[in-house]
Amino acid sequence: MNKIIALAGVVIKELYRRKDFYVLFVLTALLTVAAGAVNFFHDDKIVRYVKDICLLLIWVSALVIAIVTTARQIPAEREARTIFPLLAKPVSRGQVIAGKFLGCWLATGVALLVFYFFFAVITGSREHLWPWAVYFQAAWMQWVMLAIVIAMVVLGSIYFAAPSSTSTISFIVVVGILGIGSHLKVIALQQPEPMQFILTAIYFLMPHLEWFDLRDFVVYDQSLVSWSALALATGYAAVWTGIFLMLAWLGFRRKNLTT
Amino acid sequence: MSAILKTEKLRVEFKSTEFRQAVKVALHGLDLEVNAGEVFGFLGPNGAGKTTTMNVLLGFVPATSGTASLFGIDVRQPIARQRIGYLPELTYYYKFLTADELLRFYAKIFGLTRAETDRRIPELLKLVELEHAAKRPIKSYSKGMQQRVGLAQALINNPDLLVLDEPTSGLDPLGRMKVREIIQRLKNEGKTVFFSSHELGEVETVCDRVAIVHQGELKTVGSVADVSAGSVNLEQAFLKIVGVQSQPLP
Ligand SMILES: Nc1ncnc2c1ncn2[C@@H]1O[C@H](COP(=O)(O)OP(=O)(O)O)[C@@H](O)[C@H]1O
Ligand SMILES: [Mg+2]
Repeated sequence: MNKIIALAGVVIKELYRRKDFYVLFVLTALLTVAAGAVNFFHDDKIVRYVKDICLLLIWVSALVIAIVTTARQIPAEREARTIFPLLAKPVSRGQVIAGKFLGCWLATGVALLVFYFFFAVITGSREHLWPWAVYFQAAWMQWVMLAIVIAMVVLGSIYFAAPSSTSTISFIVVVGILGIGSHLKVIALQQPEPMQFILTAIYFLMPHLEWFDLRDFVVYDQSLVSWSALALATGYAAVWTGIFLMLAWLGFRRKNLTT
Repeated sequence: MSAILKTEKLRVEFKSTEFRQAVKVALHGLDLEVNAGEVFGFLGPNGAGKTTTMNVLLGFVPATSGTASLFGIDVRQPIARQRIGYLPELTYYYKFLTADELLRFYAKIFGLTRAETDRRIPELLKLVELEHAAKRPIKSYSKGMQQRVGLAQALINNPDLLVLDEPTSGLDPLGRMKVREIIQRLKNEGKTVFFSSHELGEVETVCDRVAIVHQGELKTVGSVADVSAGSVNLEQAFLKIVGVQSQPLP
């Protein structure tokens, strides 16, 4: 476990020493602040609308950070050949995968923490409402959802050499699932037979990232989800994360790294 | 005599990426034994299979058939690499880390204690003469300095066996002398050194035994004196074994 933590530490160090990470960070923070400034309209509809936009921004930024950072990890190690002195040490390839995953996931966690803190302060200063538990639930669910995404990207980065293709494909898949995931069953039922079966099968076999989206709870009723549902969803995310990491390990385990 | 590093009938094939091309055989059943405490020179022309052999020993490339072990442990197990230090032929290190951070990271991977790490790192930085630059990111280092970082990381765990892939290639004469000095020092400490080279002059002075590989096959193995018997020097013996006649330029 110490080895995995050491590996994760390097991922995080790299991230906070890179400039592009800050650009996105500052941009999102600025936009959130700007959006918050609009709040003085005192029109409930506009306030909600603005909150919606802020949260969407947070979702997109977090996804970009998670996907782009993760997609680069293993290809960069191979390209700079840092993977060789690393793997020449008593560390297994499984530990390398786990360390990369953990580093990326923790880094996105920190980013989320900052984003939601910003969001809470901005909206709270206008509305004098501080529903911390609601924010915690929304951020937590988003974070465990990102664990699935990051594990999936790790898997992709083993098979696609170019980080850009891994990023693009991952982004399309994730946005696709988030966008039509919940409607897929309905869409399936409207299709003719072979298609109906295929779409239904996809519906049952895919990771349902859209279940983790609690934005509406934050924007509209500010009510809490039951904690047991949260725990269940966390377990579900853990299973999918495990599956993707396992597949990544299977692909990486016997890979010839010199080609 | 116990073999610290051993390969048996080691065969490595590379599948060609191009469709329907023949597989490339990099090693044809290589048998190699390196004993405790010796400095072993692994010689051969470019493309002979030296790096490939080391890549198998370090677990980067799977053997097609045959076995390889370090300290009697199959190289497929990570623990086989606990007591080795490795210097790659050509590598960069994490550019965004400082030398100090890099060495600390590797120390953690080896499971060294904090106290051991704190003692070891200044020693190594002194050995490779990087004390003044230890807190600067590696991306600001010159090429020679990067190579010295490589040497320091190879020694972080105080290894019993060093695997060095062409440690002197790309170094200036001073750097080469330094590397030879370090090899000699390690030998005096009773360490085993396995290194590849195609520069025969320097091999003669430091090696206990040498092996010559050519086109993936072991051609000869023995002490420098044995191998060069019947020739003027090691270089002539090498050329004869590799089958190159010196030809007049066209
Ligand atoms: N990843 C690879 N794919 C295909 N062929 C390779 C690969 N690595 C090495 N080879 C081939 O194997 C042979 C041995 O290479 P190598 O071990 O690098 O030689 P050396 O280190 O002795 O110069 C060469 O002919 C080389 O072209
Ligand atoms: Mg080589």
